[in-house]
Amino acid sequence: MPERNMSQQKTPMPTQPADVRNHNFDEVALGYTLEMAVSEAKRCLNCKNHPCVSACPVNIDIPAFIERVAKEDLEGAYEVIARSSALPAVCGRVCPQETQCEGECVRKAKGESVGIGRLERFVADWHREHSAALPQPPAPNGHKVAVIGAGPSGLTCAGDLAKLGYSVTVFEALHVAGGVLVYGIPEFRLPKAIVRSEIDGLKALGVTIQTDVVIGKTLTVDELFEMGFEAVYIGSGAGLPRFMGIPGESLKGVYSANEYLTRINLMKAYRSDSRTPIQRSHAVAVVGGGNVAMDAARCAKRLGAERVYIVYRRGMEELPARLEEIEHAQEEGVQFHTLVNPVEVLGDEKGWVTGIRCVEMTLGEPDASGRRRPVTKADSAFVLDVDTVIMAIGTQPNPLIHRTTQGLDTDRHGCIVTNGDDGLTSRPNVYAGGDAVTGAATVILAMGAGKQAAAAIHRSLMD
Amino acid sequence: MFTILEKEMLNPTVARMVIAAPLIARKAEPGQFVILRAMSESERIPLTIAEYQREAGTVTLIFQVMGAGTMELNALETGESLQDLVGPLGRATETEGLHKVCVVGGGVGCAIALPIAQKLHEQGAVVHSIVGFRNRDLVILENEFRKFSDELKIMTDDGSYGEKGLVTTALEALINAGNQYDEVIAIGPLIMMKFVSLTTKKYGLKTVVSMNPIMIDGTGMCGGCRLTVGGETKFACVDGPDFDGHLVDFDEALRRGEMYREFEQHARETACNLFAKEVR
Repeated sequence: MPERNMSQQKTPMPTQPADVRNHNFDEVALGYTLEMAVSEAKRCLNCKNHPCVSACPVNIDIPAFIERVAKEDLEGAYEVIARSSALPAVCGRVCPQETQCEGECVRKAKGESVGIGRLERFVADWHREHSAALPQPPAPNGHKVAVIGAGPSGLTCAGDLAKLGYSVTVFEALHVAGGVLVYGIPEFRLPKAIVRSEIDGLKALGVTIQTDVVIGKTLTVDELFEMGFEAVYIGSGAGLPRFMGIPGESLKGVYSANEYLTRINLMKAYRSDSRTPIQRSHAVAVVGGGNVAMDAARCAKRLGAERVYIVYRRGMEELPARLEEIEHAQEEGVQFHTLVNPVEVLGDEKGWVTGIRCVEMTLGEPDASGRRRPVTKADSAFVLDVDTVIMAIGTQPNPLIHRTTQGLDTDRHGCIVTNGDDGLTSRPNVYAGGDAVTGAATVILAMGAGKQAAAAIHRSLMD
Repeated sequence: MFTILEKEMLNPTVARMVIAAPLIARKAEPGQFVILRAMSESERIPLTIAEYQREAGTVTLIFQVMGAGTMELNALETGESLQDLVGPLGRATETEGLHKVCVVGGGVGCAIALPIAQKLHEQGAVVHSIVGFRNRDLVILENEFRKFSDELKIMTDDGSYGEKGLVTTALEALINAGNQYDEVIAIGPLIMMKFVSLTTKKYGLKTVVSMNPIMIDGTGMCGGCRLTVGGETKFACVDGPDFDGHLVDFDEALRRGEMYREFEQHARETACNLFAKEVR
C-alpha cells in the first residue's frame, strides 16, 4: 500500500499563461508529469464504497486505475480504463468530472476531490505516447451492426460492439469522423490529433468508418437492414441551431455557435491558409452561458477580438458551463454580462452588425426547470458595441432521419423516443442515444448511452 | 471513389463534370444538391445536381468557375477523384400535379433548371422555358432545353443571341399572351429570382425559386444557410433549397451572400495563381 498524500488541494494542472494562450490555439492545459500524477494518485483513499464509480456514466473502475498510477503501473492503469471507456484521452479532457465522479469523492468532505479527470488524461496520454501496440480485433461473431454518426455516442457503441466480435460500420455525414469532438470542441481544449488517435484505435479493433454518407438522404435506416445489418444505433447528435427570434438576427456578423465553431474547428478557419472564411472581429457578443458559449468566446478572443462578452440572462451562479471553462474564459479576458438579455441586433445600412441592444434582468420565482426565472428590469436598455454576435442558446434535433424512417417516434421537441435505459426506439432493432435523444448534453452522457445500447444490442442479437 | 469520368467546358467559364457516385445517383432527384471538397484542404461547397444516371451510377455537375472552391474542382481532370462528395441533399423540386409550367433559368442556373424541365416534360406537362445569358458566348444547353420545352425563349443582355432583354420581359410577354401557368420555377442569380418573383406577384402566379446561400455541412447542423421566408427563419439545406419566391426576403439573402466577398476575392487570387495553367 503506497503512502497517502493528505494534501487538501488537488495537484495543480500546469497551463499555458492566460495572456499567451489567448493568442494561440494550442492546448491550454499541459498535463501532469509522472511525478505530479503519482502524487495526485496517492490522494485517493481507495475508500470502501467507491461512489465515484457509480457516478461515472461509463462506470470506469476509478480506484483500481488510480491505485495502479500510484504504483507507476501506467499500462495497467490504461487497461482498467480501456475496459470501460473507448475514448479516455477525450473524457479526461472534456468530462464535467466535478458533477460526476469527482462530485462524489469522499476527499471532498475536507478539501478538494481527487483529480480523477486529470489522472485519466495522464494515463491515456501516457499510453498514446509510450505504447505502440494497437488493440487486436477479436474473432468475428458473424453479426453486423450499423451505427449512424461518428461522434462520441456512436464511436462508443461501435467500440463496445467491435470488442464483442461484431462487424460494425459507422456512417458519418461529414468528411471526417469525430462529430462534436472535431466540429465543436476547439483544438485548445481537445487537440484533434488526440481524437484521430482514439479513432485509429477503434479502426484497429475492426470498426469501419464510412464518411460522406448522410443517413436519411444517401441511405435510409430501412436500407441499412436490407444491406444485412441486424441492428442500427442512431447517434446522429444535435441538430439545427436555435435563434432568439429577435430583430437583426440575419445581419452579416450574426453566427450560430455551431457555424462559428464548425468554421474554426472542422474547417480550420483560424489558420491563415484555410480556404474557409471567418469574420475577424473587433468586438464579439456571445449569447448563452453553456460550454459551447465559452468555446465560442474563447475562439473569438484567439482570433484577435479586442473585446469579447458573454451575454447571459441569468446570474453567474446559474451559468450552465463547467466552472473550469468559465474561469479559463475570465482569465483570458472574456467579460461576463450576466442578468442581461438581448432584445435586438443592430446593423448599419449595408447590413453589418454594429451592436446588440440588451436589457437587464432580475431573477424571479423558480420556473419548470427549478431555476429562477429571469424577469426584465424596467428602463434598463443599453447597447453593447460589437461587430459580431454569436448565438449559443442550444439546438433542436436534426429532422433528416425522423423524416425518412417510418415508425420512429419522436417527442414534441423532435427528440427520438427510447424505452428508457437501453436505448431501444419504437422500431424493432433500432436503438438511439446521445443528443439525438436527450437534446444538447455532454460528451460523456452520449458515450454512456452508446455503451448501454451496445450491451442491449448484444443481449438482443445473442438471444 | 468520386472519380471524374468526363469533363468538358460548356463555355469559357462553365464546366460539366460526370462523376462516379453510385449511392448519390441512386437517390438523386431534380432540385437536390451535393456538397463537395475537390481537394484535401478545400472548402466545402454546395452544387446543385444537373443530371444523374442511376444505372451508370454517376452524377453530373455543371458549375461556373468562380471562386477558389470551383477553381480547385476545375483543376481536376478526367480520371482524378474528388476528395469528398456527399448527397443528395435538400428536398427535391415538387412537380406533382403540375400541367403547365414556365421554367426560367439564368446563366449557370440553367443547368439546374434543365432536369426540372425534363421531369415536367416526361410527366406530360406543357413546359415553356426562358433562359437568359449575358451574351452569345455564354449560352449553354440550348439543344437540351429545346428537347424538353414546348416553347423556348433565349434572352441575352446585349442581344447577341436570341432576343435582347431580361428573362422577366419574356415572362411577362408569355403571361400577357394568355398562357395560364400552374407555376413558374425560377433558378439563377438571386437578383434574377427576385425580379421574376416581383413580376409574377403582380399576376398572383405561384413561383418557386431555388436558393443557394452560404452553407457548410448541408445536413442541418451549422445554420449558416438560414433565410427569412414569410417572416420565419428557414434552413435551405433541410427545408429547401426550393421556396415560395413571393415569401423569400431576397434583399436579406443578397446581403448575406456578400458576407465573405473580400475573403473570397483573396482566395480566388491565390487559387488563380496556383491553377494559372488550368484557369485562363
